[in-house]
Amino acid sequence: MTDPVSSKGPGLLARLARARPTKPGEIYGVPGQGNTFWLSIASVLVLLFIWWLVTALGLVKPLFVPSPQAVVKKFIQIWNEGFTNTPFLEHVLISTFRVFGAFLLACAIGLPLGLAMGMSPLMRGIFDPPIEFYRPIPPLAYLPLMIIWFGIGETSKVLLIFLSVFAPIVLGARSGVKSAAIEQIHAAYSFGATRWQVMRHVILPSAMPEILTAMRVGIGFGWTTLVAAEMVAATKGLGYMVLSASQFLQTPVVIMGIFVIAIIAFGFDLLMRFLERRLVPWKGRM
Amino acid sequence: MSLKIDNVSVIYPAADGRPPVAALSEINLEIVEGEFVVALGASGCGKSTLLNLIAGFLSPSTGSLVLDGRTVSGPGADRAVVFQKHALLPWLNVIDNVAFGLEIQGIAKQARHKTANEFIQLLGLDGFQNSPVYKLSGGMQQRVGIARALTCDPKVLLMDEPLGALDALTREKAQELILKIWGETRKSVFFITHSVEEALFMGTKLIVMSPRPGRITHVFDLPFSRLFQSGAPARQVKASPEFIALREKVLNIIFADEEAVE
Repeated sequence: MTDPVSSKGPGLLARLARARPTKPGEIYGVPGQGNTFWLSIASVLVLLFIWWLVTALGLVKPLFVPSPQAVVKKFIQIWNEGFTNTPFLEHVLISTFRVFGAFLLACAIGLPLGLAMGMSPLMRGIFDPPIEFYRPIPPLAYLPLMIIWFGIGETSKVLLIFLSVFAPIVLGARSGVKSAAIEQIHAAYSFGATRWQVMRHVILPSAMPEILTAMRVGIGFGWTTLVAAEMVAATKGLGYMVLSASQFLQTPVVIMGIFVIAIIAFGFDLLMRFLERRLVPWKGRM
Repeated sequence: MSLKIDNVSVIYPAADGRPPVAALSEINLEIVEGEFVVALGASGCGKSTLLNLIAGFLSPSTGSLVLDGRTVSGPGADRAVVFQKHALLPWLNVIDNVAFGLEIQGIAKQARHKTANEFIQLLGLDGFQNSPVYKLSGGMQQRVGIARALTCDPKVLLMDEPLGALDALTREKAQELILKIWGETRKSVFFITHSVEEALFMGTKLIVMSPRPGRITHVFDLPFSRLFQSGAPARQVKASPEFIALREKVLNIIFADEEAVE
């Protein structure tokens, strides 16, 4: 009779601690390689199942964790009847308008400013301190100031989201300026390019991957700030819906609102990833 | 065409408590029409500094560089540079990379594609016009770089170790290709390499440089590229007794420099 241990090879721990040989077509030792699509699907399904199981067994009171069915039912009800006399789609639209309005504004101002800061020590010297000063402050901390200065109307809401999107976009564009290899810049100059042409033909295109990443990060911050922006004097919007539902302990509405925000944000992220593949297929390849 | 480098020194200022460094000291060199000048030397001997001076990326501390009667005071389209790598634009396909210099000069798309196509043919890249450059092999990318440098019809072609990143076989083919193109276009070339064999085979004039301070210590006139152009096979040229004798002589100079540094 053979020794069962030696026929199995090294023990489980030893096998986990060491990289295994790869399959043909993969490269040995690349960290984290492999397709995760089906695993991600399974992860979502398992989480949904646990959620359902916990509520179906009555382990947690519906006030704290309502069942998936209750959330779906609430969604259909609000879809049909609206929430606080406003149709559901209007809540979605107004929030989307606030986030995307702020996002577009932040891109329109932040991208040129970031590029200018990357290109010019003068611009960097002037704008670096204020941006680095406000960047780490939580938007909730300066929300009162926004309201004192700009009132309780749309301006302060969009401005709050704008500020949270603005900093990552400026920083992304600024560091994107450094993406161009010095040889690419020298090549352009040696053809007699002006500084402006180098900017337009070399620095801007090579900054595109970082700019797109910064836009993805930025819009994420925008959705994060939405609820804060709709805390005061809002009567419409997804953030408002979540907050006012929480005040009346309507947990299904809170969870449903969270899902809607997550789905919109994720959908936009997918769109950005698609754009990234179309616009900068060369990213990281040269 | 003539490029006169007259008594040029480059001194990097003192920094971090270290004394000033003379990267180049009293360089005198003339490159005339159709000449193929190869610079060879131990690392730190100032070859690249010299190329950057000619390209206009760097200004001399003393002395002057004069190209056809005009002092070199910055980069310009009369001097095209071929880099070792990283110099192509990956968001452009092959033909737009080749036509990049013409685009900078404001030539209309149709005209610049026509010129670019001539050089694409010359470099044997026909059929790859619309390929993205990041999908090409290293040897083909380098040919794109050379084609791009030629489209603007420069007076001097500055090549900074253009074949350094290629494998041995591709490299020998590329050497022959560059000599063929040099023969057809009659450009003056300033070529930097680490390979003694490459230097001897390609140049009409070899300058051997030494470090600390960077300076030209030896100048050789070379017959081998002309032999190749008049029909002798490359391997036969490289195997000839004259070639081997000179190779050993130059290697001795360079090894002596390397040991002096250590």
